[in-house]
Amino acid sequence: MRKNYNYNLIFGCCITAFMAVVIIIGFFYTPYSPSAINAADKLNTPSISHILGTDNFGRDIFSRILEGAGTTMTIAAATVLFGIVVGSTIGAITGYFGGIFDEVLMRICDVITVFPSILLALVLISIIGPGKYNIIIALGILFVPSYAKVVRTEFARQKELDYVRSAKLMGVGHFRIMFVHILPNIKTVLFSSIAIGFNNAVLAEASMSYLSIGVQAPDASLGRMLSESQSYFFSAPWYALSVGGTIILLILGFSLISEGLGDRGRA
Amino acid sequence: MSEIILQVNNLSVTYDSFRVFGRKKSYQAVSDVSFHIERGEILGLVGESGCGKSTIAKAVLGMISHTGEVVHFSKRPQLVFQDPYSSLNPSKTIGWIVEEPLRIFGKYNKAERKRRVADMLQRVGLGSEYLDRKPSELSGGQRQRVCIAIALIQRPQLIIADEPVSALDVTIQAQILDLLLELQKELGLSYLFVSHDLNVIYQICDRVMVMKDGNIVECGEIEELFSNAKDEYTKKLLSSI
Amino acid sequence: MLDIKNLKISFVEKNTTEVVHGINLHMDGGEKLGLVGESGSGKSITALTIAGLIKRQKMEISGEINFLGQNLLDCSRQELRAIQGKDICMVFQEPMTSLNPLMRIGYQIEECLKLHTDLSAVQRKSLALEVMEKVGLPNPEKTYMKYPHELSGGQRQRALIASAFIINPKLLIADEPTTALDVTVQAQIIDLLNRISDAHNIGILFISHDLNIVRKICDRVAVMKDGNIVEIGNTEDIFNSPKDEYTRKLIAAIPTRKNRKR
Repeated sequence: MRKNYNYNLIFGCCITAFMAVVIIIGFFYTPYSPSAINAADKLNTPSISHILGTDNFGRDIFSRILEGAGTTMTIAAATVLFGIVVGSTIGAITGYFGGIFDEVLMRICDVITVFPSILLALVLISIIGPGKYNIIIALGILFVPSYAKVVRTEFARQKELDYVRSAKLMGVGHFRIMFVHILPNIKTVLFSSIAIGFNNAVLAEASMSYLSIGVQAPDASLGRMLSESQSYFFSAPWYALSVGGTIILLILGFSLISEGLGDRGRA
Repeated sequence: MSEIILQVNNLSVTYDSFRVFGRKKSYQAVSDVSFHIERGEILGLVGESGCGKSTIAKAVLGMISHTGEVVHFSKRPQLVFQDPYSSLNPSKTIGWIVEEPLRIFGKYNKAERKRRVADMLQRVGLGSEYLDRKPSELSGGQRQRVCIAIALIQRPQLIIADEPVSALDVTIQAQILDLLLELQKELGLSYLFVSHDLNVIYQICDRVMVMKDGNIVECGEIEELFSNAKDEYTKKLLSSI
Repeated sequence: MLDIKNLKISFVEKNTTEVVHGINLHMDGGEKLGLVGESGSGKSITALTIAGLIKRQKMEISGEINFLGQNLLDCSRQELRAIQGKDICMVFQEPMTSLNPLMRIGYQIEECLKLHTDLSAVQRKSLALEVMEKVGLPNPEKTYMKYPHELSGGQRQRALIASAFIINPKLLIADEPTTALDVTVQAQIIDLLNRISDAHNIGILFISHDLNIVRKICDRVAVMKDGNIVEIGNTEDIFNSPKDEYTRKLIAAIPTRKNRKR
C-alpha cells in the first residue's frame, strides 16, 4: 500500500511558513536598522556581523531584505485583496445578471488585460503618483480582470443549477442568492486563483520597484534592491544573489502550495 | 365539482434561438395548452423527452415567459425537482437549507423556525440527526425527501413534481411515492406530477394528460385512459410498457 | 460458455473495500442472462470486469472468470486483447458518450473489424452497411456518413449495438442500454436485441435496475444486492415465486398496472 504524501503541499507550506516567520520577526527586530548607513563598511562580504554582507551604502543586506520582503509581501497581499474583492463583485454581478451590463464590464476588463501591464501600471502611477500605497491601487486594478473573469464563469455556471432555481422559488432576493447561496460554492476556485495571484503580485511589485515607480528610496523593497545590486553584480555578487534568492523562495513557496492544493483537488 | 386551484388557458411557449448570421429561429415548445387542477387532485403529465412537459411546469411557476393565461387560485405553487443531486446547495447544511424559506418569510423568530424545520424533516421521514449534515452525505432518496420538505415548509396548495422519482432506485422510488401520497392525504394537497414513466403515473395519479410535441393529445381519468385510450400515440405509449 | 467462480472484486485506495463478495455465475452459449440490482449492488463493476475494462492496478480481483474454457483473470494482455473486443463486446448506457463525436458512424462501426480481421476497406464497408440494415438504421448508405450528433438517441443506440455485433461476438454485455431512451424506443431496442441473439446465437448479459425490461428479454435472471447474488433462476420463476426477501421487495416495488397506490 503506497502512501502518497503531497510533497508539493508540504514543501510549499514549509518554505512559506519559514519565510513568514522570518519576515514577521523582521517587523519587530532586525540586526541593524535597514537604513543605517555606514560608510566604512561598504560592500562587505558576508561575515558573522553581517550575515549577508553590506551594500554600497554600508547598510546591512540581511536587515534590508527583511524589511524589503515584508514590504513586498504586504503590498502583494493588499493587491490580491483589492483584486479579489473588486473582481469578485464585478464577476458575481456580471455572471449572474448577464445582459448589457455584463458586455460592457467585460469589454472594459478585456481592455485592461490587453494592455501591456507594465505600461498600464506606469500610466496609472503617473496619474496617481508613485509610492507604497499607490502601487497597491495600480496593481490591484491590473489584477481585477482575471478575478472578474474567473468568478463570472463560475457564477454563470452555478446560476443554472437547480439549487439556485429552488432559492428563487423560495423568494430569496438576487443579492442574497449571489453572496449567501452561490459564493460559498466557488471557494475552491477562488483559493487557487489567490495563490497564483500572490505570485504574480510579488513579481509585479518587484518589477515596479525595480523600475523605481513603486516603493521609493530609502525604503527597502526587494525590487529596488535588485535594481541597485545590478551594478555591483561582479564586485559584490552576494548582494544580488541574496535578494534574488529571497524573491525565488517567496514565489516557490506559494507556487508549491497552489500545486499542492491543485493535486488535492484532483486526487 | 371541487374547487379549482389552477387554471391554464391557451398556454404557449416559444423558445427563440438567435443566430448571428441567418434569421432568428423559433421553436414552439408548447402549443395552445389548456387544463385545470382541482383541489386535492393528482394530475399526471406524461410524455417522452422533448415533448414540452417540463416547459409547462416552468411556465406554470412563472419561471419562463409564455403567452396565454395561467391563473392561480391559491398561493404560488412549489416545485420538487428531478435531480436530487443538484437541487440542494452543496455548501450548506440540510437544516440551513430547509430553514431558508422561513427566514425569507420573516414572520418567525429563530426558535420557532428551528422547531418548524425539525418538525418538517420528521414529517418527511428524516430524523434530527440530518439537520447538521451536508447534501453530499445523503443518498438520492434522502435528498429527495429534503426537497419535499423544502416545498412543503412553504405551505403551498399545489406542488409541481418534475420527474421526482426518475433518478431513484426502484425500492426508494416506491418509498417516495408512498410519502407523496401520505402527505397529499394529510394536507389536502394537489400535485401536477410530470413523468415520462406511465407506470409511475399509474401508481398515484387521478387524471392524466398525454403530451407529444408540445400538444396535449389526450386527457382523462386514469383508469379510463389506460383501458380505453383513444389517441394513437397514447396507445403506442401504453403498448410499450 | 461463461462460468464465473467465486469472483471477488475490491477497490484498493487508502483502505481496501470489497465490492463484490465471491459471486458465481454461469451462462450457456446463446443464453440471455439478466443481472439486476440497485445502485451500489456491484452489477456494473462485474460487467466491466468481465469485459476487461477496469484498471487492474486499482483493483484486487480473485476467483475465476472462465470464458470458453479460459480463465480471463490468468490471461496475458495479448491473449485478452484477442478475446475482449472480438468474442466479448459491450454496449453502454449513454450512446452519446460512447461514440466518438468526431468520427463518422460508419467508420466507428467498422472499427472492430479493422482491429480483429484482415478484411479490406471495401469488404468492411459492405459488412457495416449490412449490419446497419439488420439493426434497423434507416437508409444505411446515408447514415454511414453521418456523425453521432446527427442521429437520434435510439439510432445512436442501434449504431452502438451494430458496432458490437458486427464482429459476431459470442457474448454481448449490455449495461443499462435502454435507460437513457424514451419508452417507445426502449421497446424497439429490446426487440432488436432479442432478434440478434436468437438469429445469431449470441449470448447477452443484460445489466439493468429495471426488472420490467429484464423480464422482456432474459431467460434467466440473477439478482444482486450489496455485492452478492441473492437469487438466480428462470425469469418467470423468479417473478412468480421469488424466494429471497430482497427479490420480493424489489418485485413489489416495481410500478405496474397491478399495484396502484392511490
